[in-house]
Amino acid sequence: MSDLAQSALQSAEFEGFVTIREAGLQGMITLRGDLGAEGLAKAVTKATGCAMPAPRRVTSAGTCGVAWMSPDEVMILCSHDKAPDIAQTLSKALEGQFATVAVVSDARAVFKLQGAGWRDALAKICPVDFATLTEGDIRRTRAAQVAAAIWVSGKDEATLVCFRSVAGYMFDLLSTVAAKGTEPYLYSLPTETS
Amino acid sequence: MLMLTCPCCGITAEETEFAPGGEAHLKRFGPGSSDGDYESYMFQRKNPRGVHFERWRHAYGCGKWFLAARDTMTLEVFGTYPAQTTQPPPEIIAKIKQKRPEWEGSQ
Repeated sequence: MSDLAQSALQSAEFEGFVTIREAGLQGMITLRGDLGAEGLAKAVTKATGCAMPAPRRVTSAGTCGVAWMSPDEVMILCSHDKAPDIAQTLSKALEGQFATVAVVSDARAVFKLQGAGWRDALAKICPVDFATLTEGDIRRTRAAQVAAAIWVSGKDEATLVCFRSVAGYMFDLLSTVAAKGTEPYLYSLPTETS
Repeated sequence: MLMLTCPCCGITAEETEFAPGGEAHLKRFGPGSSDGDYESYMFQRKNPRGVHFERWRHAYGCGKWFLAARDTMTLEVFGTYPAQTTQPPPEIIAKIKQKRPEWEGSQ
């Protein structure tokens, strides 16, 4: 990997009632094919250590994760410098099968939303009932005018993935909806300090 | 608000997460067909006030096409089903007939 690799906004940060941070370099591999095929599931587990996720779920093991994106697509999350190697291992394992593997790390931007109010912030821009999402769920949807995938990556934490070309728009958007004093309190209650 | 359930990923979302694709169950008449058939395939679309079968794409979600039966007047959705279907499935027809006894079928 070239040393020139840079994430879209180089870990830009915004402190509101939710902390927005551009997550920096994140390895991402798109794998499309028949997810029910045994060979494919085996190859994914061998390359990442993660089990094949159920629909709309994310599985993770160590630094790797596998996110269900659509009935014929999963996204593999890994460290940025390992992505080409993992992709190569996968391509080799899937040789002759109806599947494609592509490294898309530099085509995407990743944001971390930390704080109990992340559901409140995102509810302003996504047509989603965030009460239905629990830890380990992933939901592809629309954030204002652009597509986004939202993964509930921990307690009081969400990870949002969007296209790199709209990273600036997304950061401004998230900063606006997470600004202090604009909490809608849909999913969390006001605390004494806020 | 129009709420649709994508049969491919199981998500129920509102209209803006989807992209409309026009009338469903069209049969293509290409080269070699009669002028009348080609014209009706290319240009003639139903525009009913009531029960309608449509194509939709889960554009901001899983990206898959699917078909939906809904009422264009009340926005009631009778059901959604896979795009790989050439005729409305019997269970959807039964549901429509139950709710709209006066409905005469899609033809």
